[in-house]
Amino acid sequence: MPSASELNEKEPSNETIRPADWERVAATDEFKSLIAAKRRFIAPAVIFFIVYYFALPALVGYAPGLMSRRVLGVINLAYLFALSQFFMAWIVAALYMRAAGRFDEMARKIIHLLQGRLKGGE
Amino acid sequence: MSTALGMFLVFIAVTFYITWWAARRSTGSSAYFAAGRSLTAWQNGVAVAGDYMSAASFLGIAGIIAFQGYDGFMYSVGWLVAYLTVLLVVAEPLRNAGKYTMADVLAYRLSPRPVRAMGALSTLTVSAFYMIAQMVGAGALVSLLLKDTGVTFHTAVIAVGALMIVYVVFGGMLATTWVQIVKAVLLMGGTILLSLLVLKHFGFSLGNFFAAVTQVTYHDAQGNVVTQNFLTPGLRYKPPYGALDLISLGMALIFGTAGLPHILVRFYTVPDAKTARASVVWAMLIIGSFYILTTFLGFGAATIVGRDFIAKNGGTNMSAPLLAQTLGGDLFFAFISAIAFATILAVVAGLTISASTSFAHDFWTNVLHRGKERSPGEEVRVARVTAFVVGAVAILIAILLGPNANVAFLVALAFAVAASANLPVIVLSLFWRRFNTRGAVAGLATGLLSSLILILLSPSIMKGAAVFPLENPGIVSIPLGFLGAAIGALTGREPEAEAKFTELNVRANTGLGAEKAGAH
Repeated sequence: MPSASELNEKEPSNETIRPADWERVAATDEFKSLIAAKRRFIAPAVIFFIVYYFALPALVGYAPGLMSRRVLGVINLAYLFALSQFFMAWIVAALYMRAAGRFDEMARKIIHLLQGRLKGGE
Repeated sequence: MSTALGMFLVFIAVTFYITWWAARRSTGSSAYFAAGRSLTAWQNGVAVAGDYMSAASFLGIAGIIAFQGYDGFMYSVGWLVAYLTVLLVVAEPLRNAGKYTMADVLAYRLSPRPVRAMGALSTLTVSAFYMIAQMVGAGALVSLLLKDTGVTFHTAVIAVGALMIVYVVFGGMLATTWVQIVKAVLLMGGTILLSLLVLKHFGFSLGNFFAAVTQVTYHDAQGNVVTQNFLTPGLRYKPPYGALDLISLGMALIFGTAGLPHILVRFYTVPDAKTARASVVWAMLIIGSFYILTTFLGFGAATIVGRDFIAKNGGTNMSAPLLAQTLGGDLFFAFISAIAFATILAVVAGLTISASTSFAHDFWTNVLHRGKERSPGEEVRVARVTAFVVGAVAILIAILLGPNANVAFLVALAFAVAASANLPVIVLSLFWRRFNTRGAVAGLATGLLSSLILILLSPSIMKGAAVFPLENPGIVSIPLGFLGAAIGALTGREPEAEAKFTELNVRANTGLGAEKAGAH
């Protein structure tokens, strides 16, 4: 596998990419599956964290009795739920880091593909 | 109190050395505006944390928790979870598509002059509110700490402003970044130390600590002794509008962070999108740990120092420094105060560089001179002059507002404007092919105006006569920002913007053609 610096040297710069090239990349199956893969991860992740987060102010605001219930010694549900938000955020971030490694690999293949076509087309 | 002054001076000396070192290294626009795009993931991550954990975080949250308990902790939660929006939605496409500013992403496929003009206006508005809040906070803090040495509010504000001008004008993004890194390390160190001292006070027993938190005693406004469980929600956000206000605040925090110009520009300082992503995760680790520890700072101040004492000795914002004094004596008090001062200074420098970059790059070069520098280095020269002007204006306004201006309210305003004006147009221009210039201008204008007007009509300004019942306008102004952008876009067609969406989409997702790390 080439190192990042090697890739940078070989990668086409903005000037060598013609408008038609962007269209060609966008039309490839590889690019479409990259976008689809990203969407499959990011859309549910965003919806999940928004729902999980807003459950906190909503429950604290509208069900203060429930949230004041003591669940761990003197510590109530409100504090534990708030604390869990931190771990939720870290876990979602860790899962995204793992998934993004796959996206990087797919993007690298697309760039290689374009390099081949640029040479072929001239 | 001369110990505190001494510690301030040591910090200032260190930052001057950093500025001198950075000034020798940085030549050229990419070096000045984006630190040559050469920072590593951890460096940028720590700097993002340093840029973000402001006076509102360290002094403000500790104070709100110390006085109103659990509800203050809601700020801590929102300020971390907000980074998921940055990580999942904004950071990587922004790094791939832009160059120096937030408006770069909008100008990529939209008509550059109108969107840059509006983008610069919105950047300057957000930065101004944020910065004035920090300056007022700094002035109040420093004058209180150094009152024995004769330093007044005015002197303190002028000193903070002058220091920040030096960092930005001479050192650019590289110096600003390292000032933030030093500050973030100091702030984390101080916070961990203070938290350990709080735990030590309770015999290293979390059980004893939380037991004390459930029985905080203080005098209420009528002079009656009150014992209150500080873990109970609702001490700040009370019916009938408390729940809505809490949700509104949450919206401003969650969607505002990804629209804060001084945070967004940090992603241009790294070589590629992958590093930008990793730096967000570094930032989340530091910021999250810090905000969890606000539990000990805030509740510690409530239980160990007590509301009554804090109220008589400087007010809510002094909760954390007074906690340090009670637990560690005058030397530790001076140390924590110096950290608070460093915190403010670093944030102000970050704000100044993003505001002056936006003015020079978006407004001067691209709006006034249609994208051409008339002489080499003009953009950097304009940015330096702007930084000087921005600093001078901020000093002036902070002095006019005086030490009693409501700091938290100014910061909340910045988040609300960022969430209502900036985020909708950034998201729509990245993900919606049909989006166009009309939509961007309409979205920025609606978001900016609706959040400003609702704040003017809110209890924060109009007190009892408030027309709009919520402190935070987010729940109304954020949907309005999106609506304005969508309606604007749907009432006109712009074939060029739609055609260029493909290019933006490929570039944002693959990094093809993105700005490279500069060779020095």
